Amino acid sequence: MDLGFEVVDLPESDHPTEGEQAPDFTRPLVTSEHWEDASLSELAAESPVLLVFHSMDGSFPATYAWNELTERAFEEHHDVQVVGCSISTPYEHMTLIDDREMDYPLFSDPQNGVAEAYDIVNDLDGMAGISEARPAVFLVDGDLTVQYAWVAAEWPDFPDYDEVAEAVESL
Amino acid sequence: MSEATDETAPITLYRLQACPFCERVVRKLDEYDLDYHSRFVEPMHSDRNAVKRVSGSRTVPAIVDETTGVTMSESANIVEYLETTYGSEN
Repeated sequence: MDLGFEVVDLPESDHPTEGEQAPDFTRPLVTSEHWEDASLSELAAESPVLLVFHSMDGSFPATYAWNELTERAFEEHHDVQVVGCSISTPYEHMTLIDDREMDYPLFSDPQNGVAEAYDIVNDLDGMAGISEARPAVFLVDGDLTVQYAWVAAEWPDFPDYDEVAEAVESL
Repeated sequence: MSEATDETAPITLYRLQACPFCERVVRKLDEYDLDYHSRFVEPMHSDRNAVKRVSGSRTVPAIVDETTGVTMSESANIVEYLETTYGSEN
């Protein structure tokens, strides 16, 4: 982004990078109809997963991310599942899925433990006691090896979706 | 992973958060130490098509037991079914 002024730099992160193992986790996975505990490894066993960490549901970065991903529809052209994760509750995820008329499942992680495991915690200034994930995208294969990783280095920051597309195409 | 989150469990329990009838079934499942997988659905009755497709009714709790091929709604019925099917083994 070129805004003509500085945005907030985020500290260095030790997140998993290409060729490394992504941490497995189990959280409620929410669809338009129900939610149930699911693990990343179970999903990845079916096909590669594009795991998209986004700001809490209702924030504009979350809306932007799902508008973009819905429009690009990677899953229609490639062997990949697009799956989201935010700190929002399952109820909020259902509302987001309905509002955006999207067909992507979302992990619910209100206590932000997944972001902690990925070292992508973003403590939110001015919202006492709330931290969420930094915007981040991980493409993982069947054994959770990271094929592509992007993690926000500043706040706000947005993925380069053309770069994500290239990564998905090279699967 | 706890029993309640085991995706490979033979019993799927459709439940609503804080629904006492659902908790009644959970207590019975726990009593018989049965592996089950929880699926939480919408509070709004009219939005529960996922349950209706499975059981023919939008009410929860509902269970699907792959071991016996039984799908069932209504907590009293489910409790009775669990007692009859699994109670004697304990």
